Amino acid sequence: MTHQIAPVAGLSTGSVSGSVARPGLAVRPAQYPLFNFPPPPVDAVAVEERVAALAKRSIKKDAKVAGLRLTIRMMDLTTLEGKDTPGKVHALCRKALEPSFGDATIGPCAAICVYPNFVSTAKASLRGSTVKVASVATAFPSGQSPLSVKLDDVRRAVELGADEIDMVIDRGAMLSGDYRKVFDEIAATKEACGAAHLKVILETGELGTYDTVRKASEIGIAAGGDFIKTSTGKVTPAATPAVTLVMLEAIRDHFYATGRKIGMKPAGGVRTAKQALHYLVLVKETLGDAWLTPDLFRFGASALLNDVLMQLEKERTGAYAASEDFSKD
Amino acid sequence: MTLSTTTAAHDGNGTSETALAPTGATSGASTADRTLDFGNAWAYAPAPEARDHIKIAPRHELFIGGTWRAPRSGKYFDTISPSSEEKLSEIAEADAADVDDAVVAAREAYERYWRDLPGATRAKYLFRIARALQEKARELAIVESLDGGKPIKESRDVDIPLAAAHFFYHAGWADKLRYAFQGRTARPLGVAGQIIPWNFPLLMAAWKIAPALACGNTVVLKPAETTPLTALMLARIIEEAELPPGVVNIVTGAGATGAALAGHGGIDKVAFTGSTEVGKRIAQTLAGTGRRLTLELGGKAANIIFADAPIDQAVEGIMSAIFFNQGHVCCAGSRLLVEESVHDLVVKKLKDRLQTTRLGDPLDKNTDIGAINSRAQLTRIQELVAAGEHEGAERYSAPCALPGKGFWFAPTFFTGVAQSSRIAREEIFGPVLSILTFRTPDEAVEKANNTMYGLSAGIWTDKGAKSFWMAERLKAGVVWANTYNKFDPSSPFGGYKESGFGREGGRQGLSAYVELS
Repeated sequence: MTHQIAPVAGLSTGSVSGSVARPGLAVRPAQYPLFNFPPPPVDAVAVEERVAALAKRSIKKDAKVAGLRLTIRMMDLTTLEGKDTPGKVHALCRKALEPSFGDATIGPCAAICVYPNFVSTAKASLRGSTVKVASVATAFPSGQSPLSVKLDDVRRAVELGADEIDMVIDRGAMLSGDYRKVFDEIAATKEACGAAHLKVILETGELGTYDTVRKASEIGIAAGGDFIKTSTGKVTPAATPAVTLVMLEAIRDHFYATGRKIGMKPAGGVRTAKQALHYLVLVKETLGDAWLTPDLFRFGASALLNDVLMQLEKERTGAYAASEDFSKD
Repeated sequence: MTLSTTTAAHDGNGTSETALAPTGATSGASTADRTLDFGNAWAYAPAPEARDHIKIAPRHELFIGGTWRAPRSGKYFDTISPSSEEKLSEIAEADAADVDDAVVAAREAYERYWRDLPGATRAKYLFRIARALQEKARELAIVESLDGGKPIKESRDVDIPLAAAHFFYHAGWADKLRYAFQGRTARPLGVAGQIIPWNFPLLMAAWKIAPALACGNTVVLKPAETTPLTALMLARIIEEAELPPGVVNIVTGAGATGAALAGHGGIDKVAFTGSTEVGKRIAQTLAGTGRRLTLELGGKAANIIFADAPIDQAVEGIMSAIFFNQGHVCCAGSRLLVEESVHDLVVKKLKDRLQTTRLGDPLDKNTDIGAINSRAQLTRIQELVAAGEHEGAERYSAPCALPGKGFWFAPTFFTGVAQSSRIAREEIFGPVLSILTFRTPDEAVEKANNTMYGLSAGIWTDKGAKSFWMAERLKAGVVWANTYNKFDPSSPFGGYKESGFGREGGRQGLSAYVELS
């Protein structure tokens, strides 16, 4: 079945039949319709105010412990470096399986996130566990390669055993207004994923405005993303609470319209337990209980885990441990 | 098939949703599946601000002529915490004779010290007060929340910092009045009688005292009878700042005390913030006396949401417009005018937003809605809400559990409200919103201005030109665009029509306390 996506001002390809006079996108194959385009505008000042207000929620005692334990189970423990080796990836997998020595009730993490070359290693290290292997693909992090190369990247990662694919959108196309290209590439990537879950990285640090973030979120969701994700971690700023709130609002509107639950993953820049709790507050007060699960919310992080463990230890013993008391993998 | 507008996608209408949902993953999701669940999967633990270091004296006297003294009548009244009905202290009740003492003390201070001090010296005292407010901010915030019922996050982040900011701001003007009124000479008026309400007790005291002192006047201030404690703490700060005796006098009491102050012949200027009813009486008392008057009275502000607004942020704007300080705000956006095409969407989002609103202990740092200030105010809110139901408007109240003791009212809104309804015309002064619709900007202006009040208004649109077009036509002293309830000492505040006259704050606010020649 074919659908049109909504008219986009400034695009002249194709035409929309019927009553809509504006130029629109041509009929295209797509699994999901684009319900909300152009989406409502976003007021930057008010978004940042809301986020600042929610940062003042006081999370203490039981709430803190429960939130931090949940944070660990939501974590995509990540290593995405040129110097990655099988040894490094294996060590990280061990950490994801058993984040806290001596307390088996903590963890495991949701997933390991690696480059395609390390999917096999991670798969082997995690065999028999619930920890998923996520692979970045689509010419990560820039995405500046031909679509065929990017799709091949995805197919290989899936063949190697990736459970989840973290793709990047074409930010150049997004910023030049070629929303159709952005949409089509995501839809094609989704198809290439097969059964693997797709996370769509918007790279919000390159998008410039919350309005563009909101538009990219709508496209990412409509084109078939299971998750939308803020950042590659290679661009500053990476995840911010404000950008996350804008994306959560897009997810909420999509849920209101369709009943479909899209996941959210802030990645990069979330380094402290306190920050993580702030993100959980945003989720709790924007989308509610259903999203407070690793199935629908993830943290992409590497440095975060030890800070969370340290805070949990502090809640348990009443004193801060030394950083050397936690394994550095 | 073309899928476009937000409205269509969200209108909650089954037929149109079916038409929009083409295939597969999206079909079959019933409306029930589209309800967000704001339960307790992850509940916040109580986070009360500690109050054990706060010592409230069991009895408070009058602050007259730089000393603390008992009322001549020997009468005291209780001030209670509206969140627990716990008695906090006994407060002296000033009668006409006490008020007379205070006015005499203020006159003497005016003539002996304050009038002739160099502006820079007056500034020095105001800066001292401002710094002391900051140093004691935590203590003041806790007492404000205890005595008045407002959430600690508001007293901590809004009331106290803004009170200090008003003293800092006006300290800056004290030696620059000639630049405020260029080419003219500004002289103080004399003794100002100031009567303030219970919704922002310390902040209103700052709004009144700071400009009066900066311009060289002395002051007799009467705080509201339900919330006298922070004004009395301010008196202690003023004492510690070593202001000359009698420059600021605080007389506590209820309506009779206020009437004695407003009607006192030795006063040169009356400044009143409170109800329109009392304001009218004061205006009658002062008519023909030549004494100066400024009134800041009630409101029934329109908060106007256009279909092109940033909707999610506008919903936050509704929250801060009407539920800030339990709606005990004269400029509260108590009438929501929403463009008809986004009405259902806005109502749906507002309902979900209310699910996460936390009502309870004002001292809990996570509390969003505190206690209603008094039993009398609660009764008034209940009466008007009953009137709204009786008139056929549809009521929705947030599902908050109300504490057993104290005065509480769950955040509430009405849909299907007509312009003629009591809840659309009368000031409720509580957490109750009336939602009306409009179709065009002209209609929005007409409805917004169709009120006896004119204190404030809000506009939500992504189009700057539309904001300005609206602001030019709204008869309101303050118009906010894509925000609400924002205050700054440099920005004049005041009303049109029965919301009063005169401005407070900014250069305009100074002119209420000077004689220009």
